[in-house]
Amino acid sequence: MNQEELNNKLLEIKDKLIDIERKSDKRIFLPCEAKNAYAVNKFLFEDVPLRFVIATGIDAEDCFEVLYHFSNDETGCVVTVKAIIRDREKPAIESIAPFLPGAEWIEREIHDLLGIDFKNHPNLRRLILSDDWPEGVYPLRKEAKK
Amino acid sequence: MKETVKRPVLAVGPFHPLQEEMEFYQLTLDGEKVVDIDVRISYNHRGMEGISETLQFDQVPFLVSRVCGICSASHPLAYINAVEEIAGITAPERAQYIRVIINELERIHSHMLWVGLAGHFIGYDTVFMWAWKYREPVLDLLEQITGNRNNYGNVKVGGCREDIPNELIPKMLKDLDKLDKKTWMLTKAVLDDPIIHARLKGVGILTKQAAIDYAVTGPTARGSGIAIDVRRDDPYAAYADLDWNVISQPEGDVFAKAVVRLLEVLESVKIIKQALKKLPDGPIAIEVKEIPPGEGCGRAEAPRGETFHYVRSDGGNRPVRHKIRAPSYVNVPSFKASCLGGHISDVTITLAAVDPCYSCTERLAVVDGHNNIIHNYESLHQLSCEKTARIKKEIGAPEWKLEDI
Repeated sequence: MNQEELNNKLLEIKDKLIDIERKSDKRIFLPCEAKNAYAVNKFLFEDVPLRFVIATGIDAEDCFEVLYHFSNDETGCVVTVKAIIRDREKPAIESIAPFLPGAEWIEREIHDLLGIDFKNHPNLRRLILSDDWPEGVYPLRKEAKK
Repeated sequence: MKETVKRPVLAVGPFHPLQEEMEFYQLTLDGEKVVDIDVRISYNHRGMEGISETLQFDQVPFLVSRVCGICSASHPLAYINAVEEIAGITAPERAQYIRVIINELERIHSHMLWVGLAGHFIGYDTVFMWAWKYREPVLDLLEQITGNRNNYGNVKVGGCREDIPNELIPKMLKDLDKLDKKTWMLTKAVLDDPIIHARLKGVGILTKQAAIDYAVTGPTARGSGIAIDVRRDDPYAAYADLDWNVISQPEGDVFAKAVVRLLEVLESVKIIKQALKKLPDGPIAIEVKEIPPGEGCGRAEAPRGETFHYVRSDGGNRPVRHKIRAPSYVNVPSFKASCLGGHISDVTITLAAVDPCYSCTERLAVVDGHNNIIHNYESLHQLSCEKTARIKKEIGAPEWKLEDI
């Protein structure tokens, strides 16, 4: 898929996004609300289709962000869905692992490190933290670092 | 009899002194057939993403080169790609070429290491001896350029730390010619060998669809017919100026992955020779004052696949978030697709086929619930070797041993 086709495809989901940020020809960021992230990711993976690279969880002080990185290997373009979770008390987002088995581990990892709940995840066991790590302590959260 | 006893579980891992990372596989067996696989990782979680946030931008490359002892050039390079993207700077041309040379030398030694181990796992130690013998001069070359056999620590934001002296180039080219010949010999010997064909073909197949679903990269993807390679798709360093091919095979079995790796070694030799001949004169680094706020995605093709680094900066002197994704992180879960339905004697080589810093099979323990037989690593290795011997007999291969040579 060339760059133009990708741009046209992205316009199809424009109403689910807050914005389409083009940092360069090869780096596109798609900020969206957490409730739309599942649909946007499913569209990128199954309908465009792009290759899933990885997800990044970030504690951004006033909200949590989960970045889903996809790659369009024909043009070398990285498309990043930036899902914003505004509920700091009980952060949750729909899991994409049911249609994308490659995301199963990273969602477990983000759950461990940031305490974000991935709804409908097939197997949300601990991945990174040891068995005796205390419940409710999330090492990558800002309050844990202080 | 309880349900748990009926389904025997094969425990692979988690610890072995040779491993860089601890992994623990639990294979559920039906007779000798693998029906389910569960993987546990993170026995050696070092919290590198957290540590990275406490270091300054120019200290991080030394940290990430220790993510993996084998991929100690690709991780720093992926990080540097991300930071240079944020800062909007490009390193001098000579530095770009040096980065290519070091990364390709790394690919050669990593692939050679894999070929040797793969030979060992199927009881073919001649391949092991050859491959590791020819790997050694590659490490010597790396030591001559960077001062280290591993953990080169040669890249920095804005360029490289050490130059390749021009007077070293003729010697390097000579060494590479030698390596080229030896690798051809090894490649032909391995690819023409009827026993290796019989042992690896049709084993541990990862279909193209499964490869997409599990988002695998590197030789694991290219062995399943997905011709992706960051060096070509999203060129960094000097790869866009050089002439080389992306190797891919459609079959998806262990043999296809072996072919991909062996032919990639030859491509890497080709790349390094071109880079050495074209190596431009000039400075190897530019001065970088500060990293502005922003976010960047850096990628590099490590021997095992795409290494992905995401860095976010707030304009200070440390990254506020640094995500590291090593290729094995997506390649390892694909065992769920490639091992199921396979034979227990093929598990070692199927797990080894994605090159997951492997060696953990040394801690294999099988409990056969039907007969209460306990297998350990030795007896499973024996099973694998016996299968090779059986095939040898069936296809009428000459019976000779390493000691006969």
